[in-house]
Amino acid sequence: MLDDHNDDRRGFLKCMAWAGTGALFAFNGGIGSSIGLDAAIAAPRKMALAPFSFVQVSDSHIGFNKPPNADARATFREAIAKVKALPTRPDFIIHTGDVSQLSRDEEFDDAEQMLKEAGLPVFFVPGEHDMLDPEGGKAFLNRFGKGSQGAGWYSFDHRGVHFVALVNVADLKPGGMGNLGADQLKWLKDDLAGRPSSQPIVVFAHIPLWTVYADWGWGTDDAAEALKLLARFGSVTVLNGHIHQITQKVEGRIAFHTARSTAFPQPVAGTAPSPGPLKVPAEQLRSMLGITDALFVRGHDRIALIDSTLSA
Amino acid sequence: MTRAFKMLSFQASVLVACTLLLTVISDVVSAAPAPAPAASVSIANFTFKAQVLTVKPGTTVTWTNADDIPHTVTSTTGAFKSKVLDSGDKFSFTFAKAGQFGYYCALHPHMTGTVIVKA
Repeated sequence: MLDDHNDDRRGFLKCMAWAGTGALFAFNGGIGSSIGLDAAIAAPRKMALAPFSFVQVSDSHIGFNKPPNADARATFREAIAKVKALPTRPDFIIHTGDVSQLSRDEEFDDAEQMLKEAGLPVFFVPGEHDMLDPEGGKAFLNRFGKGSQGAGWYSFDHRGVHFVALVNVADLKPGGMGNLGADQLKWLKDDLAGRPSSQPIVVFAHIPLWTVYADWGWGTDDAAEALKLLARFGSVTVLNGHIHQITQKVEGRIAFHTARSTAFPQPVAGTAPSPGPLKVPAEQLRSMLGITDALFVRGHDRIALIDSTLSA
Repeated sequence: MTRAFKMLSFQASVLVACTLLLTVISDVVSAAPAPAPAASVSIANFTFKAQVLTVKPGTTVTWTNADDIPHTVTSTTGAFKSKVLDSGDKFSFTFAKAGQFGYYCALHPHMTGTVIVKA
């Protein structure tokens, strides 16, 4: 395991370097020229063994301005402030999609500027709201997906943990739910091949990778094929957004978790005529929005996930 | 008894008068040149209403998004495709030929609908 750490660290620092230049992606392997590589190699190996945390934010819907939230920018800013105020500084942020409401440049711009306030690398996957430009997701990918594959999928290693970013909002089929597609599944198979089953895996994607509620499209049609590839690993954590509420499930060695939105809550599955925004009173809104802090402690099977609301 | 009968009789006269009036109005309308046929579908609660719409060839169908969430109207065969429709936005398409046209929302693909065009 120790031998892996240099690569992991190199990969991560590479990502930090990218983040500093405004492109926010890092890739596994650590090959290629990148700023910060020397520093990465020179870094003490011991650091790789330290516990670390990262933060998940989701569904910021920048541009949303209807009940129950007239200003999704304001609540996203509050979420970023919350990240900055965490007692343990996270190593990075993941944003699990629906960054924008309508894929408009000014929405992506504002999200990017606000995230910069956190001073941390950010890793993105798109939600369906980020695919609405005339070219079907190019605006998002040009800004947040440089170097990613296909519709925006990629992976990276960080301190021994393998992170896989999947896209299940591209090329959706009539009557279906989320969709990964054959190309991405093949890429995932290759990406996981040869990795020891003892390596902890974190998978993140926008729409849940298990079926929370089919009637509302809250699931991914071909998720089972991805989960089959992940089944041999001892610790797999799947982080999703899309449904604007916390749901959790453990199946075998795979732990599933969905995060709150920073913009508006949605109803519990099947409790409303549609999954549209839950129009809660203003004083209740912030208790239904929030972030997820993920703590990784070496030697523990699971990443500890701590959800906190904007009102807390 | 008598009073009740009178009331009934009055109501009946009103009904007759209204019917006559309606006949006159509809005569006036049908005398005007036939307008291009139009139909509408509302998008509400993540559903297309009507989910199956039957129209004559040449009908222009207009979809209106009544939800707080954006949707699209996307043909399954590529015959038509709206831009993203924010709340209140509309999209129209004229169905010139007979046939069956399936469509869905590209954001929420579990939302599906069909337009049947027949003479």
